[in-house]
Amino acid sequence: MAKNISFTVKYWKQNGPKDAGHFEEKQMSNIPDDTSFLEMLDILNEELINEGKEPFTFDHDCREGICGMCSLYINGTPHGKTERGATTCQLYMRRFNDGDVITVEPWRSAAFPVIKDCMVDRSAFDKIQAAGGYTTIRTGQAQDANAILIPKADADEAMDCATCIGCGACVAACKNGSAMLFVSSKVSQFALLPQGRVEAAKRAKAMVAKMDELGFGNCCLNRISQTGAVH
Amino acid sequence: MATLNSRIPEGPVAEKWTNYKAHQKLVNPKNKRKLDVIIVGTGLAGASAAASLGEMGFKVKNFCIQDSPRRAHSIAAQGGINAAKNYQNDGDSVYRLFYDTVKGGDYRAREANVYRLAEVSANIIDQCVAQGVPFAREYGGMLANRSFGGAQVSRTFYAKGQTGQQLLLGAYSSLMCQVNAGTVELYTRYEMLDVVIVDGRARGIIARNLVTGKIERFAAHAVVIGTGGYGNTYFLSTNAMGCNCSAAIACYRKGAFFANPSYVQIHPTCIPVHGDKQSKLTLMSESLRNDGRIWVPKKLEDAKRLQKGEIQGKDIPEEDRDYYLERRYPAFGNLVPRDVASRAAKERCDKGYGVNNTGLAVFLDFSQAIEDFGRKEIEARYGNLFDMYEEITDESPYETPMQIFPAVHYTMGGIWVDYELMTTVKGLFAIGECNFSDHGANRLGASALMQGLADGYFVLPYTIQNYLADQITVPRFSTDLPEFAEAEKGVKDRIDRLFAIKGKRSVDSIHKELGHIMWEHNLFVPGTTEGVNVELEKALRLEDFLLMGQLIANDALHREESCGGHFREEHQTEEGEAKRDDENFFYVGCWEYQGADDKKPVLHKEPLEYEIIKVQTRNYKS
Amino acid sequence: MWLTNSSIGRKVIMSVSGIALILFLTFHGCMNVVALFSAEGYNMICEMLGANWYAVAATLGLAALVVLHFVYAVVLTLQNKKARGTSAYAVTDRPAKVEWASQNMFVLGVIVILGMLLHLYNFWYNMMFAELVGTETMYATDGAYWIGATFANPVYSVLYLVWLAALWFHLTHGFWSALQTLGWSGKLWFSRWKCIGNAYATVLILMFAAVVVCFWARSLCCGACC
Repeated sequence: MAKNISFTVKYWKQNGPKDAGHFEEKQMSNIPDDTSFLEMLDILNEELINEGKEPFTFDHDCREGICGMCSLYINGTPHGKTERGATTCQLYMRRFNDGDVITVEPWRSAAFPVIKDCMVDRSAFDKIQAAGGYTTIRTGQAQDANAILIPKADADEAMDCATCIGCGACVAACKNGSAMLFVSSKVSQFALLPQGRVEAAKRAKAMVAKMDELGFGNCCLNRISQTGAVH
Repeated sequence: MATLNSRIPEGPVAEKWTNYKAHQKLVNPKNKRKLDVIIVGTGLAGASAAASLGEMGFKVKNFCIQDSPRRAHSIAAQGGINAAKNYQNDGDSVYRLFYDTVKGGDYRAREANVYRLAEVSANIIDQCVAQGVPFAREYGGMLANRSFGGAQVSRTFYAKGQTGQQLLLGAYSSLMCQVNAGTVELYTRYEMLDVVIVDGRARGIIARNLVTGKIERFAAHAVVIGTGGYGNTYFLSTNAMGCNCSAAIACYRKGAFFANPSYVQIHPTCIPVHGDKQSKLTLMSESLRNDGRIWVPKKLEDAKRLQKGEIQGKDIPEEDRDYYLERRYPAFGNLVPRDVASRAAKERCDKGYGVNNTGLAVFLDFSQAIEDFGRKEIEARYGNLFDMYEEITDESPYETPMQIFPAVHYTMGGIWVDYELMTTVKGLFAIGECNFSDHGANRLGASALMQGLADGYFVLPYTIQNYLADQITVPRFSTDLPEFAEAEKGVKDRIDRLFAIKGKRSVDSIHKELGHIMWEHNLFVPGTTEGVNVELEKALRLEDFLLMGQLIANDALHREESCGGHFREEHQTEEGEAKRDDENFFYVGCWEYQGADDKKPVLHKEPLEYEIIKVQTRNYKS
Repeated sequence: MWLTNSSIGRKVIMSVSGIALILFLTFHGCMNVVALFSAEGYNMICEMLGANWYAVAATLGLAALVVLHFVYAVVLTLQNKKARGTSAYAVTDRPAKVEWASQNMFVLGVIVILGMLLHLYNFWYNMMFAELVGTETMYATDGAYWIGATFANPVYSVLYLVWLAALWFHLTHGFWSALQTLGWSGKLWFSRWKCIGNAYATVLILMFAAVVVCFWARSLCCGACC
């Protein structure tokens, strides 16, 4: 059975990339602990609107851990702490205690400028993808799918790489603001498959060059597990 | 007034598409560069259409409301995608996929469209594999398949439980390739608010830049909308929070007919509603019904005690459990189609046998399966789903039965389109879930992905040329035309009107009540029209949901029968099954807007003509 | 050029120069250990290295490597700082599994450089440089004695031990990181290299530390008897 908890939310307010930004606080009372974190923020906004205050802006969409839209840095961890490293939408209030102070911040990285509050601009990822994250094939001209045999192990490994949801948590977590995990997952997915191998070297160089150009930092090879959630 | 001409090509069903392609008009490469196409939406349909048209040489402008095309809700599809490949040598064929889809749709789909869908399904798999989509494979290196409801063959291709994600990322990668090549211009965080009609043809859109708040005009020779379904009209659904029906409703207001709005699919296996603060429903894959057994208590007093939280599911002895699907449908058991399973669950809960505090849940029990196959095997099959369930509900399905309840999932109805996917407005096309064309009154599992990609990769890129071939002499449009100014003014007036209400209630609180109360004009939108204002976005969408709600109600009231996802209690057989009325309702119900939201729309009928399939009653009992 | 322009190229430079420096340390360490057992043997090696052309060339190469490694470290650190953005997180909760050394490579590197300057002043200036400019001293010919003389001063001994500790941290991360940058890593070898790297760095640093501690200890007891 769900129990109710009360806590303080410290949330980041910032009006555009040039604003310095600051925290605001709100006391939340009697929130059922089977509420999801984003639903808790819905309640917070409902209350702010009723008080005549400006609501808190954040990105979210599918609320089932797959779209990669949500991007909150909660109590020092991207997406907040869960056992499986899931996204914010899969974080439930039972992970918090009565009396907690919950700090909610945006992804902080030079390549992800803040649009408003905790909504950040991640179009840099799209630009990296556009630089080479594809196989060049023409619609309708592909050969029969079973004409290319791919060992199960290769297909499975490519699938593991392909599950990256592109949320940007890796950049947010990295103290160097590096996008290497995002880039390497795409590069590896294609390099593992015969269809993508043809352009593998060209693709890797183009994507890395774009990543550098967009101002991401250098990878320090710490395999931080928080690379976003996957079902 | 627009008339309904489905423009189905001549000839036998199996040859229609080939004939069409052989005789349609084409646009030569030099002229393609002079033609602009606006595509709204970047899901499977929108992204694949934008990528394909861009690659052909058209100038494409592609819009989405999210921060990246890759976030579209196609990404959340789990199970798989159907294709008539017959890789398993189990007797599959284009005809069989066609037949299953028409039957699954309760004989309310258009034959010619469904046949074409089945025909191009095989190309989709080829296309996606070439893009590098890592479908599941067998040890020999060939593609693996699984079976899905409503079919007797294994024709579903999958990538773990994330098929939608992988297919969307495939389409997205092709789209980004075209963005890089400069043929597609991407507009992210833009929301289409109106379609602009010039001399009876769709010539552009009015969109709001969700970052700056500015209302902007865009012109093109043709407009394509691929903006998904209207499931969020019900507030709680398995759709993403951002899913909305505003683009479709804008088209409807401008003269596009809306077909079969009452055909809404309810998915039987979702996590039940837990409280009034809940924002969305989470789908648990249909595959769980392969090993899970669905039941409620036999005795009403047991159900009462469950609802009060005095006992748990595992406390009820085997003999007091009612496995109602196995009881009612011995042949298909727990694997009946979605509409049947959903109705049966609702029937039990309505009678008071619900098993949680709201009385709106049934058990999905794996204890038998764990006993038969061992916990390890069940973990391998469903481990990730069980983990997800536990994270949400704080209960382990290994120890206590899962609770599930049906939820709104997919909308078969949509903008009416002809064989070329063009709406009743010239130059305005609708693709994917947004249109009504292929699923009839009920959609089979793993067919939504198939339809989205079929429309985007293989159908629209051909049929749109038949229209654009006549437009090559039309120069690029200026957005200074009075029609654009008028449409923009309409949008701005609408926004001002919403701000002027200055009521007290938030948008969400009213959205939650949609369907229960009439709108009291008591809305409050905070902030300004400038910059990011999420509440304004929601308010605009809400207004469209309200109109959508009326449309659904009108259609459901007029259709005096039960078929597929549409069920009326007064139209059921003695065993409680859906009872169709083919004599009076064997048509597509299309609604025409009458100039104002409060005027009742006018019904037009597109009669269905079946050439090769014999219309029968669906039977899942024996 | 990708080697200098791309982030991966810059990492490769760090990696290759780092590995070369580790190899030098290995040689240096082995040479030092000789001093423990035989002052004559040590002095013989010193003499061989002396002011010969090959030793000078190697010294210049070595200096170039250090400068390269250091300059790129500065460049990378500045870039990372820029990429982090202007505002810092109010709360951070780093997972425990992240190595402390890997997060502080630059600080450790600075300590290593400072130690190295001290070391150059203590030994290289008096031994090799003196020989090069021709101001022959006894230190140049009797290096072993000079080691004893230096570590008899406890301030130097402690400073050297701190320096070696910093070097150990620096090496434990640098070793596997360098190999991973070059692609010689995988699911299996990732942890193997880490283990090998830790062992290697520990043995290496113990070799250096042994010399410091032994000569320090000898000075304490010899002070009493000699």
